[in-house]
Amino acid sequence: MTDREPRVLERERVPIRQQLPLLIALVLLWMTLWGSVAPLTILTGVIVALLVTRALYLPPVALSGRFHLGWMLAFLVRFAADLVVASFEVAWYAFRPRGVSRNAVIRVDLTTRSDLVLTGTALAVSLVPGSVVLEVDRPNSVLYVHSLGVDSPERVERTRAHVLDYERRLLRAIGSPEEWEAVR
Amino acid sequence: MADAEPLSSILDSAAGVLLVGGALLSLAAAVGLVRFPDALSRLHAATKPQILGLVLVVVALALSQRSWSALLLLTPVIVLQMLTAPISAHMVGRAGYRTGDFDASTLVVDELAADVADAGRSDLPGSAEPTDRATRRSPRLDASAEPSGEA
Repeated sequence: MTDREPRVLERERVPIRQQLPLLIALVLLWMTLWGSVAPLTILTGVIVALLVTRALYLPPVALSGRFHLGWMLAFLVRFAADLVVASFEVAWYAFRPRGVSRNAVIRVDLTTRSDLVLTGTALAVSLVPGSVVLEVDRPNSVLYVHSLGVDSPERVERTRAHVLDYERRLLRAIGSPEEWEAVR
Repeated sequence: MADAEPLSSILDSAAGVLLVGGALLSLAAAVGLVRFPDALSRLHAATKPQILGLVLVVVALALSQRSWSALLLLTPVIVLQMLTAPISAHMVGRAGYRTGDFDASTLVVDELAADVADAGRSDLPGSAEPTDRATRRSPRLDASAEPSGEA
């Protein structure tokens, strides 16, 4: 049983071409941190990026091969708006006299099978104040969301619909064509 | 002297407003940390309001510095914060739930507890036992339309 883990890692080694976006992002980050675009910075950046991706191995991310810039921007704008509204909402919860006494842990069954969309949805849900992902059931694509200040069944359903809405928007931007058709 | 450049004084005022806004959100986070009833709800206060708070402060810095090098340094701050904050929140929340370190009487519904009971184990559904790794992977491989090397 213990030999299973290394074998899985070995089998899933990613071709360098698929790692390229990550490597480029790491080199860019390195350059911003040094604040320089000198050839030496780029060279050391490439070396560090390769070392980091080798030493701290992450499972490969399967991209759907579909990316819609317009819907991605729409997703980000909506996300930013939610971030602002919900930040002030939670701030108000902190200051209001009666505080917070009612919360809920809500199960949300996502339709996607893609790790990337699952992660993206969880990330967005977690970043927007008032909700945090407590538990993820990856094989079944289920998120368990702890939501702040939920005091009625309607609020529970609203939160659930909200998370599903995020998934839908994300699928519209980066989901595979089949998955996007399925939730359209 | 600031009057000589109306634009820069406007930008500086905007930066000031944003700084105060960011500080207020951080204050709200601190107040929430004290006033919210249990670990899981305090988690919201501890991780969330200052994401927007940090964004406001960083934008304020960018407005007052008005240089590309500052912008290049500030962008990773926001990006990295947005990538890491949900993970730390998730880890704390997950640990808090598993250890029962929360006040169950504040929950109107707890759909995770029901599923844990259904599973008939004290384990939570997402728990990563090394032994189920192979079985956990298989439904995903079956369901995905992408061809896999091992199929």
